[in-house]
Amino acid sequence: MLAAIGVASVDALFAPIPAGLRARSFALPDGTSEQELLRQMKQLAGTDRPVTGFIGGGYYDHYIPAVVDHLSGRAEFYTAYTPYQPECSQGTLQALFEYQTAICRLTGMEVSNASLYDGGTALAEAAMMALRVTGRNRLVIDGSVNPFSREIVRTYLTNLGVEIVEIPARDCLADRPALTAALTDLTAAVILQNPNFFGSVEDLGDIALTAHANGALLIASVYPISLGLVKSPGAMGADIVVGDGQSLGNPLSFGGPSFGFIATTKKYIRNLPGRIIGETVDKNGRRGFVLTLQAREQHIKRHKATSNICSNQSLCALRGMIFLASVGKEGLVDLARLNRDKAEYAKGLLAKVKGVRLLNTANTFNEFTLVLPKDAAEVAERLLDKGVAAGVPLGAYYQGMDNCLVVTVTEKRTRDEIDALAKELEGAL
Amino acid sequence: MKLIYEKSVKGRRGLKLPAGDVPRAADLPTDLLREKPAGLPEVSEMDLVRHYTNLSRRNFSVDTNFYPLGSCTMKYNAKIIENTSALFAGSHPMTPLLPGGEAFTQGSLALLHGMGELLTEITGMDEVSCQPLAGAHGEMTGIMLIAAYHRAKGNRKKYVIVPDSSHGTNPASAAMVGYEIITIPSAPYGDMDLDAFRAAMNNEVAAVMMTCPNTLGLFNPHIKEICDIAHEHDALMYYDGANLNAILGKVRPGDVGFDVIHVNLHKTFGTPHGGGGPGSGPVGVKKALIPFLPTPRVIRKSDGAFALEKVNSRSIGRMANFFGNFGVMAKAYAYILMLGREGLIEVSEQAVLNANYMMAQLKDHFDLPYDKSCMHECVFSASRQLKHGVHAIDIAKYLIDRGYHPPTVYFPLNVKEAIMIEPTETESKETMDAFIAVMIEAAEMAEKNPEALHEAPLTMPVSRLDETKAAREQNVCFGPW
Repeated sequence: MLAAIGVASVDALFAPIPAGLRARSFALPDGTSEQELLRQMKQLAGTDRPVTGFIGGGYYDHYIPAVVDHLSGRAEFYTAYTPYQPECSQGTLQALFEYQTAICRLTGMEVSNASLYDGGTALAEAAMMALRVTGRNRLVIDGSVNPFSREIVRTYLTNLGVEIVEIPARDCLADRPALTAALTDLTAAVILQNPNFFGSVEDLGDIALTAHANGALLIASVYPISLGLVKSPGAMGADIVVGDGQSLGNPLSFGGPSFGFIATTKKYIRNLPGRIIGETVDKNGRRGFVLTLQAREQHIKRHKATSNICSNQSLCALRGMIFLASVGKEGLVDLARLNRDKAEYAKGLLAKVKGVRLLNTANTFNEFTLVLPKDAAEVAERLLDKGVAAGVPLGAYYQGMDNCLVVTVTEKRTRDEIDALAKELEGAL
Repeated sequence: MKLIYEKSVKGRRGLKLPAGDVPRAADLPTDLLREKPAGLPEVSEMDLVRHYTNLSRRNFSVDTNFYPLGSCTMKYNAKIIENTSALFAGSHPMTPLLPGGEAFTQGSLALLHGMGELLTEITGMDEVSCQPLAGAHGEMTGIMLIAAYHRAKGNRKKYVIVPDSSHGTNPASAAMVGYEIITIPSAPYGDMDLDAFRAAMNNEVAAVMMTCPNTLGLFNPHIKEICDIAHEHDALMYYDGANLNAILGKVRPGDVGFDVIHVNLHKTFGTPHGGGGPGSGPVGVKKALIPFLPTPRVIRKSDGAFALEKVNSRSIGRMANFFGNFGVMAKAYAYILMLGREGLIEVSEQAVLNANYMMAQLKDHFDLPYDKSCMHECVFSASRQLKHGVHAIDIAKYLIDRGYHPPTVYFPLNVKEAIMIEPTETESKETMDAFIAVMIEAAEMAEKNPEALHEAPLTMPVSRLDETKAAREQNVCFGPW
């Protein structure tokens, strides 16, 4: 090969790099065998201690059907890249078209892109999209939206001169009078989450009407599993719907990768960020799928693109699609019900523990907020010591809520585990 | 192939759910309930498996085909890294954020911290944040760090400079942070025009974003000078790590004078591309920018335990839900440990050798706009073939018929009819020779039988899709349902 190139050594190929710019250090460990690597990684993973989790915070411990790993692990999906050449990428393209369809049907919206990074960044992208659509520069965000997501929105918009008004929740619900009062003719969108961070489920329809009357959009962040039961955000009048797809067949994996979804109405499709797959025909009239509306994207529009996003989270979105197809139409209803049944059982039991009361006055899905007779962080730490992650204490995220604990119950928690939680809680108080 | 929705049969089910072990709860009130279930597929597990298995067979992939897609570094992904990342699948990211929770996730936190330290040494920076979720997300994070740096110093900055050969994400990321873009043309020698750069540089420039080697596969010999000029104006140098695969152990951007860098783990560090993600885009910075890194930040305490710094008033804030695409990092971490120091140096040497071999063997057959030693990729032009009416896209489609994923075409934008080939280090001479033979065959066909190239591909389920129709009709969701 060197002879074909016409150089004497591999070193000669690095000649364009001036001598003064060569690496000053490269102090890395020696390489290792596959067997030794596995041993080392097992040892590392082994230092994590298992807990029984009643925690959510945007990531949920749901069962992943075996087919998800097997099918998404097909090397033809796994080791391909962005489907720039549609003829040899119809597998990825069709699967993502099916995914977009599933997201539209789940959320009750008309169009979806092929995924974003995660739920929090999807919310930030939705906020920026609303600013573009309306040409306004003010956002009203409900305080019961996930605090991490709110922080991502704030971070994304730091340098753009956008005013963000946060309206604290009232009784774990969106404070309607305060939200309405915050709307001005500069408001681009009202941002809500359903179920919200405290677990409450509500109909956002009236807020959508108020927002629309002021020329603002309604952005709703949703938990996809809840949509097996809960009225879709589309039916509530949302203009942009986002959420995190982790609960759809993606492992917890210490926080990633998952995917974010974003769906909207047809009229805003050109303002969507990221890849979109469209149906078309080939030169012989056969149905096929392509990346479409690429004129919005960075590789064409550069600094005028709707977003800087390049790759999406294709494989995680594929896992989401396979998950939804495996659970299926009626199955998702049953799965959502199973989650709610277990959460309602836990709610009843825990609220009966002496000194504990339920904070939510409204309905909940699979999360709810307890008020403990003492500091929830202290109690949570004591329970964690016994291997139970009892919930997320709210003191770190909400002023004056030091005694509050958000408890999450998915279908993976058994009645015995819930009973044990109630007992441990009683003991810790 | 039919859509999964077209294969649905009412009432059919795949997964069997467990029976409830608690009493049935009362229904939600009607005004909160869905009117009807979402129109998801109704298929058996067998139908489902056959559908997606057959769909997968309609893809080219690294495991099935040579995939020399320039700028994307489509190297082989070792199977063992899947097994190692799976070890962490059950770790909940809220656990370390609970009071006392860090003690329960020392392994996961150690991996994150270790990953940061490895990347710090590899890139010559002072600290790395693993939070950004992809390359473009890393770019945006990096530019936000630069904006925070300037704000803290009271600098008034308005512009970000990019060369015209840059990835589209560079100007798009800078624009998302509120900067105006100045684009510098490439000089005839293939690198950013130094005189034009010098003329454009001013005190309102916040940053200069460079990919080095650039998207033409060329290492810019003036890179140090560019860094110096930028620094004279208190502009920071941003290194787009997309092409890091060329220089492992040879050059460290931090040594050269770069202040901020992002790394694409799915390119250089061997994690699967997944059909377009998940990626992972850790960001490295020099000391002056450490205070602004995103939170939560993984730190090591004096007693050796790993912990999270959750609040820092100078930080730009949070860029992602949790700590980044951890699963991707676990794979890249395993990749680096497996190859080690010598292995990584060999990666770059072999990648550069392969690209130069490809260039040498094809340059008699295709125009080579920048005829000099390349790094990890080489960029040809189909301008010679265009005289016969054959475009780069026609050559690409012919390659598909011959079982090759085409190189990147029509990028970079400053090369007409560009064909950008990046073989990567994991391909053998035999594979490259076979590909070269087919490329030469395509060049010959362009002269003798151009029509045949216009007909390609003939062997795929679809051929030459109507993209205009797709954009006009905007049919992005199957319906009605």
